[in-house]
Amino acid sequence: MDLRELYQEVILDHGKNPRNHRFPEPHNREGRGYNPLCGDKIALRLQLDGETISDVGFVGQGCAISQASCSTMTEAIKGKTVPEVEALFSKFHTMVTSDDGSDEDLEALGKLAVFAGVREFPMRVKCATLGWHTLKQALHDESGEAKTE
Amino acid sequence: MNEVSPIVAASSEAFDVQRVREDFPALHQDVHGKPLVYLDSAATTLKPQSVIDAVDEVYARDCANIHRAVHLLSQRATARFEEAREKVRAFLNASKKTEIVFTRGTTEAINLVSHSWGRSSLREGDEVLVTELEHHSNIVPWQILCQQTGAKLVVVPMTDRGEVLREAFENKLSERTRLVAMAHVSNALGTVLPVSELIALAHERGALVLLDGAQAVSHVDVDVQALDCDFYAFSGHKLYGPTGIGVLYGKERLLDKMPPYQGGGDMIRSVTFEETIYNDLPYKFEAGTPHIAGAVGLGAAIDYFSSFDAELIHAHENAVLHYATEALKAVPGLRLIGTAPGKVAALSFLMESAHPHDIGTIVDAEGVAIRTGHHCAQPVMEHFGIAATARASLGMYNSRDDIDALVAALRKVRELFG
Repeated sequence: MDLRELYQEVILDHGKNPRNHRFPEPHNREGRGYNPLCGDKIALRLQLDGETISDVGFVGQGCAISQASCSTMTEAIKGKTVPEVEALFSKFHTMVTSDDGSDEDLEALGKLAVFAGVREFPMRVKCATLGWHTLKQALHDESGEAKTE
Repeated sequence: MNEVSPIVAASSEAFDVQRVREDFPALHQDVHGKPLVYLDSAATTLKPQSVIDAVDEVYARDCANIHRAVHLLSQRATARFEEAREKVRAFLNASKKTEIVFTRGTTEAINLVSHSWGRSSLREGDEVLVTELEHHSNIVPWQILCQQTGAKLVVVPMTDRGEVLREAFENKLSERTRLVAMAHVSNALGTVLPVSELIALAHERGALVLLDGAQAVSHVDVDVQALDCDFYAFSGHKLYGPTGIGVLYGKERLLDKMPPYQGGGDMIRSVTFEETIYNDLPYKFEAGTPHIAGAVGLGAAIDYFSSFDAELIHAHENAVLHYATEALKAVPGLRLIGTAPGKVAALSFLMESAHPHDIGTIVDAEGVAIRTGHHCAQPVMEHFGIAATARASLGMYNSRDDIDALVAALRKVRELFG
């Protein structure tokens, strides 16, 4: 088992220095994510202009995987439309849970492809998807809390 | 020549950890290509071969339901199940076998008391006292009970070392305290509570006391008569026995008055649609076919444990704990959580550079199994203002080599995370 597959430099970097680690102003959507298994918590806020996410940021605490995933996600989704972001999450989810993704899917994920190693660590999938579940909840349900359980 | 303390000398002579390790087949495997180092006994202990064989034999030979048929297999199964109850009685030093109720585990034992005693005894304004260091299993059943009865849940705070002190306990005891439910040993921190003293104080105020012994039974002596506790709950799987079997000890005069917890077979003497007459103790609380093989396996675990001098096991574990405490303190950036004097068997810690979850994954890759998370004790985490810890916990089969392997694996954490 090669830990470097999981803890790639990009992940370590974003885990230590998460990007968009602040609440954007103005914002009109909010999501809260909680992983009851490990106690990781994040709050995500974004500004949705029509169908486009014009700004996004998060605060929270958690492991390197959950923080880096959330950080790279905010970079990836800024400026994208809701359907584009949903398609991205679907590809991301496939990548971290199975070998079913195509090469084109991996290419479409860009920097997010560094999380491919997570699928060898089933106990950590929830860490890698916490930010995405929280995003989904922020986009579709303005109340409540996203859980990875 | 330096003097050697008699306990240490005795433990090194009489407790041969390498021989003990031979009895536990799960220890002899590689994980991720490395020899397994098991430091998660507070979650569940590994099982000696004799326990595995005892469970096997129930299914391979004495496979029958108990307390029912006249055929030979049923007689054998019944005899073995009841022998296991007697072993539990002797282990806890209860005065009677009728005071030993088999449950699925500690959690079910606590729920049994909260449903049966709690619902029939508590009134609005009564108080149930717990401590800040409880496992969720010893918080949530009482919260539910308080919601149902209008009773109040009162919490005794702990110190920053993870101790529950007499003064803090006395401050929270009141004339309305009906029950004190507290851990004998903390699962997250390893603190041993001064239960004898606290039980006496509670009794002076007329309150009953339930002890959650899940983390205690394999690490400290338990004598329910000497403790004078009213209820004692523990799980077989934390005493080298099978999962799915546990015990509630209750004083006979209390169990006698309590209504049944669940209805079903074995707990009744006669049933008509007008009336049901309940069975005698302890069967009144054992509805349905129990975990027969589990109970027999727990009996075998008690036999195994009792084949050693318990004092030697405790002295050995304490020596390893002391070694581990010093070794972890020497790891740069590591902070121990829970430093109560006299603590046993568990080391919760944080590292500056890495989140507990990352620590868990990295040391697992080195073959070292530890627990990470909130340990089902979120109020404890809250006290320290943290979300989770990494926890290494000990069993009788752990040695200093295991601690050396953990420390070496933690070095990998620092290599990766800086």
